[in-house]
Amino acid sequence: MAKIKGAVVIDKDRCKGCDLCVVACPADVLILGQEVNGKGYNYAQVANSDECIGCANCGYVCPDGCITVYKVKL
Amino acid sequence: MDTLEIIKPENKVYGKPRLMNDNPMHYCPGCSHGVVHKLIAEVVDDMGMAEKTIGIAPVGCAVFAYNYIDIDWIEAAHGRAPAVATAAKRLNPDKMVFSYQGDGDLAAIGTAETIHACNRGENIVIVFINNAIYGMTGGQMAPTTLLGMKTSTCPYGRNEHLNGYPLKISDLLVQLEGTCLVTRETVHTAAAIKKAKKMLRKGFENSMNGKGTSVIEFVSTCASGWKMTPDQSNKWMMENMVPMYPLGILKDK
Ligand SMILES: Cc1ncc(C[n+]2csc(CCOP(=O)(O)OP(=O)(O)O)c2C)c(N)n1
Ligand code: SF4
Ligand code: SF4
Ligand code: SF4
Ligand SMILES: [Mg+2]
Repeated sequence: MAKIKGAVVIDKDRCKGCDLCVVACPADVLILGQEVNGKGYNYAQVANSDECIGCANCGYVCPDGCITVYKVKL
Repeated sequence: MDTLEIIKPENKVYGKPRLMNDNPMHYCPGCSHGVVHKLIAEVVDDMGMAEKTIGIAPVGCAVFAYNYIDIDWIEAAHGRAPAVATAAKRLNPDKMVFSYQGDGDLAAIGTAETIHACNRGENIVIVFINNAIYGMTGGQMAPTTLLGMKTSTCPYGRNEHLNGYPLKISDLLVQLEGTCLVTRETVHTAAAIKKAKKMLRKGFENSMNGKGTSVIEFVSTCASGWKMTPDQSNKWMMENMVPMYPLGILKDK
């Protein structure tokens, strides 16, 4: 069976730390980190990149369009 | 496979819409307005109408919508967006015209403009963001505020004897001959967003096919006005807003 692997890139400067992508991710890939961006928000980060399935749920729900999602079939 | 090998243009499956520019949006973290903006940007682009679309921005939190989506815009006085949209569409029938309005803009000060534009069956789309509150001005009661819901102008909760009932304005608009599509959507999950996008596209197509007015209501959140986190707001919305404002197609003719 083909295995699917995904990867996301988060625009940390645009992120407002709303947490919606973290909640939407079915694979617990994302977290809000301790670091803050220029606007003072705890921006979203990739914590478990190996788990990403490229479903793009995080991208869809991000109100600020911070997330780009990539996917490959192995 | 290494993450860096996956991150290549040919593997991209989702990203910020092309028509959404890089200006930072002024909305609070997690605000539904941003997701709906993305959908509009996507649908207009998918239809190849970027050069032919005119948005009418409201007064309300979305007052600066024109700063974020690279199409033509006109800023209307509070509540007057459907009247301005009427003029824009009648004078430019080949353009795709929509108004973008909050519940205060559409269902309070702009009730007359909304009802009469729909009753005339103007060939426009009305994008209606129902977050049951006046977000921009600091969280006052709106016509759509739920019974018992606390806002700065009903601090003990909305009371029907004092404040009347929540206004289900989309249900009223269904009754008007001029509306061809009236639907209620949410943007709290990827599945809901994909469904809402289809409805938005249908509305825009209706407007170009001369079918009349399409009203796409987005039952939305206002985390700041509701004094909750964005995630709590989504849950509260599904538990409390949706029973009062049931989702799905109300009219499709
Ligand atoms: C003529 C006029 N009356 C009142 C106001 C004050 N005002 C600004 S926005 C607003 C309501 C905004 O609520 P809504 O339309 O629901 O938009 P939201 O901010 O919730 O998206 C009001 C009453 C105004 N700007 N102009
Ligand atoms: S693409 Fe899917 S699995 Fe990957 S981070 Fe986003 S939500 Fe999680
Ligand atoms: S949804 Fe977007 S803005 Fe919110 S935390 Fe995730 S990346 Fe940041
Ligand atoms: S006040 Fe409410 S509607 Fe306005 S930007 Fe903030 S969360 Fe969004
Ligand atoms: Mg509102």
